[in-house]
Amino acid sequence: MRAIGIILAGGNSRKMRELTDRRTVAAMPIAGAYRSIDFALSNMTNSGIQKVAVLTQYNARSLNEHLGSSKWWNFGRKQGGLFIYPPAVTGDSWWYKGTADALYQNLSFLRNSREQYVVIASGDCIYKLDYDKVMDYHAEKGADVTVVCTECTNDEISRFGVLRLDEDSRIRAFDEKPTFSESTTISTGIYIVRRRLLIRMLEQCAREGRTDFVKDILIRYKDTKKLYGYRMNTYWSNIAAVESYFRTNMDFLKPEVRDYFFRQYPGVYSKMDDNPPAKFLAGSTVKNSLVAAGSIVDGTVENSILFKKVYVGKNCIIRNSIILNDVFVGNNTTIENCIVESRSYIKADAVHRGEDGVKIIIEQKKGT
Amino acid sequence: MIRKEMIAMLLAGGQESHLGVITETIVKPAVTFGGKYRIIDFPLSNCINSGIDTVGVITEDKQIGLTSYIGIGIPWDLDRSAGGVTVLQTYDRSSESYAVTGPANAVYQNLDFIGMYDPEYVLIIPGDQVYRMDYEIMLDFHKALNAEVTIAAAPLAEGEKKRGMIRTDLYGIVEEYAYEPDKIEGTMADLGVYIFNSRVLKSALEKLGKKENLDFGKDIIPYCLAEGRCISAYEFSGYWKEVGSIEQYRKANMDLIETNPDLNLYEGFWRIYTRGETPAPVYISGQGSIERSIVGEGSEISGKVQNSVIGPGVIISEGACVSDSIIMQESFIGKEARIDKTVVAEGVCIGDHVVIGSGEYADNVYDPVLYNAETSVIGAGSRIPAGVKIGRNAVVSGRTELSDYPDGELPGGHVLFAGHREKEGDKA
Repeated sequence: MRAIGIILAGGNSRKMRELTDRRTVAAMPIAGAYRSIDFALSNMTNSGIQKVAVLTQYNARSLNEHLGSSKWWNFGRKQGGLFIYPPAVTGDSWWYKGTADALYQNLSFLRNSREQYVVIASGDCIYKLDYDKVMDYHAEKGADVTVVCTECTNDEISRFGVLRLDEDSRIRAFDEKPTFSESTTISTGIYIVRRRLLIRMLEQCAREGRTDFVKDILIRYKDTKKLYGYRMNTYWSNIAAVESYFRTNMDFLKPEVRDYFFRQYPGVYSKMDDNPPAKFLAGSTVKNSLVAAGSIVDGTVENSILFKKVYVGKNCIIRNSIILNDVFVGNNTTIENCIVESRSYIKADAVHRGEDGVKIIIEQKKGT
Repeated sequence: MIRKEMIAMLLAGGQESHLGVITETIVKPAVTFGGKYRIIDFPLSNCINSGIDTVGVITEDKQIGLTSYIGIGIPWDLDRSAGGVTVLQTYDRSSESYAVTGPANAVYQNLDFIGMYDPEYVLIIPGDQVYRMDYEIMLDFHKALNAEVTIAAAPLAEGEKKRGMIRTDLYGIVEEYAYEPDKIEGTMADLGVYIFNSRVLKSALEKLGKKENLDFGKDIIPYCLAEGRCISAYEFSGYWKEVGSIEQYRKANMDLIETNPDLNLYEGFWRIYTRGETPAPVYISGQGSIERSIVGEGSEISGKVQNSVIGPGVIISEGACVSDSIIMQESFIGKEARIDKTVVAEGVCIGDHVVIGSGEYADNVYDPVLYNAETSVIGAGSRIPAGVKIGRNAVVSGRTELSDYPDGELPGGHVLFAGHREKEGDKA
């Protein structure tokens, strides 16, 4: 127990389009049966971190429901636990003005802990990482702050902080969301820092009226403090843009990704909601797809992911699509290249097709 | 002291009937059911859904499987600071096992546990039945009739025969109770679910406690009736299945694959809770196909599955064909294997090109009463080497080698117990 954890789960993103109208990115359903934040939470518990704070802000209802009990991730102990901190409404603050401000407003959580390190992670990334190994690395390097980084292999580099490391892996350049960059090393938004140092830096930052952890702390301190990069070579994906969200889900149709997350130790935990097993009726033809518990399939499903409690009627064709939780699809309906929002009711005999990229379908049941 | 109005005593030990090699390493209540559950999930979920938060599960102490499965009761919301689920043993070491002393004796040995909660009523429930029942409504009925004992009972079909038969008056008060009667006298069958006023249960158990093989239907109920206790019969008309034989077990599973099953678990209320290993979805590959089946979490299907119940974490390889079968969790089916009308227990590994359930039906040479249907059974943790052929109504248990199969075949109705299981098998 040498570290406490903080998960930043307040983020919203315009790049998520309508999907975050109703929930924060960290609460997005992933891989049929999980929520995005499950990955960071499971990594915390699998790394032996027992005390974790989740900082929430936008649209936290869905996230709060998901985190209603801490027992699924093995928190809820006498020692430590899972704490959820929305912004406190006080005289001069009613909102987290930025990531550093969010941490600063919860300074008492940091002060009242005794652990040496703080692991800061965000709730919108899909990965497995033993933070304990990163702490070993942090200690070995004598770093002040360790930034976990990875190689960006697609054209989304402008969504991330871009780093340049020297031979010793010390961070020599740090650009936040650049329009052009020669380096392809990006920050994963996972940081290790000594608790006391973090408190000092946050206080200083607040005194200067600054609010952002990356711009106002990491980038400003990169030459005076020892910032090191820890290279992560395993699967990592940030879902905070529709295309990336879609692609990350579809990655789970690959056997190596499923094997890595679903079968290899340690596991990824999620809230158990006791749905009955997936059911396939006489009309079902399912190919290269994931079907979560509580779903009933009576039509054709190809290259798609059906989340929990999805009903697919007779003669339906679902292709290359993601159907989120609790969706009813009436008979003879075709859905291609779409993301169907949770709790939608898709009428029979309809055709929905994403012609130019992924289409988001939101069709609410009457009365909801 | 903590006080509870009603607590439940769940009988999950030495069962009167067992399921052969399926219950070789676990008690019947711990057997997998319906693609993700274990049988005991049904009575446990019924308890919590009925508002009963104190349950004593009586089992045999050699059964670590059930004890670790229940743990502190988190999956059923039975992790309570006052009450919750407690796994109880039988403490009387003079007799060999619980099966010898009888279920009512097991409750007798745990009267102190009941005393801890000083309940007004005690609910007695067997751990090997599949049903959804609101015990609270049964308790209301019990109170309304001012009964001292209430038996959950189901109407009997014409000519049907059950263990405990009941005849009641117009109001539901039991006038006659017959255990294993020769001629049918009753109109309703005893389901083995009872509510007792604590004092009545205690005095009956203290009187009869030492009797060999003490049973509720055989001994306690007739004793209470003879004592002039007011016994009522609560008529239950919902789905109810006793899993007494392999065939009953198979049928109860198969009930669930119907489009609109009598036991509909998709309704969203009266949920059945279970300890799931993973929430991961089912994956069906490009070569896979599934029809009329249910599949538990995290399974990977690359073969053809029809009319089957597949447990969680099962792998069915390319070209394999599974029909009219039950495959329990974490089992592996090799490439091009063909499995028909078979129950494959937990953690079984079936090699490539294996054929099970082929050919004509033959009476089982080993135990024709236990293995009496077309169903072949593969015991938990078994290994079946690639390429062998196993006939209908055959039984295999243990890590078998190719040399165990003369001509690469086990004919219909034959059995094969390999390795250390040989002795265990003799007992079965």
